Amino acid sequence: MIGVEHYVVVSSILFVLGVLGIFLNRKNVIVILMAIELILLAVNINLVAFSAFLHDLTGQIFAMFVLTVAAGEAAVGLAILVIYFRGRGTIAVDDVNRMKG
Amino acid sequence: MIHVIAFYLFAVMTIASGAITILSRNPVHSVLWLILAFFNAAGLMILVGAEFIAMLLVIVYVGAVAVLFLFVVMMLNIDFAELRAGFVKNFPFGMLVAVVLLAEMVLGIGAYKAGALQLGTPDGMAAQPAGTSNIEAIGALLYGRYLFLFEAAGVILLVAMIGAIVLTHRQRGDTRGQKISKQIARRPEEATVNVKPEVGKGVSL
Repeated sequence: MIGVEHYVVVSSILFVLGVLGIFLNRKNVIVILMAIELILLAVNINLVAFSAFLHDLTGQIFAMFVLTVAAGEAAVGLAILVIYFRGRGTIAVDDVNRMKG
Repeated sequence: MIHVIAFYLFAVMTIASGAITILSRNPVHSVLWLILAFFNAAGLMILVGAEFIAMLLVIVYVGAVAVLFLFVVMMLNIDFAELRAGFVKNFPFGMLVAVVLLAEMVLGIGAYKAGALQLGTPDGMAAQPAGTSNIEAIGALLYGRYLFLFEAAGVILLVAMIGAIVLTHRQRGDTRGQKISKQIARRPEEATVNVKPEVGKGVSL
């Protein structure tokens, strides 16, 4: 029978994959944003699994709020990406030092 | 039995597509694999009876966020080969961090399983009432106990929307826009002029 541990394992692996993605694609900010989405998805799976197995719907409500913040973060992040690309013609972010003064 | 098979199918597909998302060479493929990961995560959530969150995941992520990613990836003319440059160099350090993080999580889960941590039990105030569907219970909770948080989420979305528009909106110099203040400030005496042209000389405007 599938228990909450199985879900925790899946979400842990997904979370680690997201962190790994940030480290592997240090230059490509689009993939970094996607890795952040993976991390938030792992958190959501965890919240929903515990909510279901503890018979308490609060976890699912919080998963909704995480979803809201993730959507806003993606929109603003991609907007910043677009203006960054407009100004420099590239999205390589490993040497962003424009605001160093 | 079918439940177990479905769980392992969805779990393996979620993790595999998540891995391909971060390893893929082409960001367009990454987005498409990310969509598959979200679909399978939605399947995992349906398996535990959270239909509403699963549908929300599909609608919000696949319908909005993934399409936004696709738009940006395809709109910007980016040399992706150049962006891959540090991939191999970063690989050992990234794997090290990932392994350490995973080991910490395994340790945490192990401690929880061994009973060393007390997580407490829910008070039952947010339990799903018998005989109601998942979405019914969530709706009652969302518009009751968590109403103000719900409103705050709406404000967050509004701020994100305005922020994204303000950031990406640009005033282009070569387009002719309507200048309403100038139109309103215009008076007949400065707009029209009375001339008495001499015959045969024409008028200068």
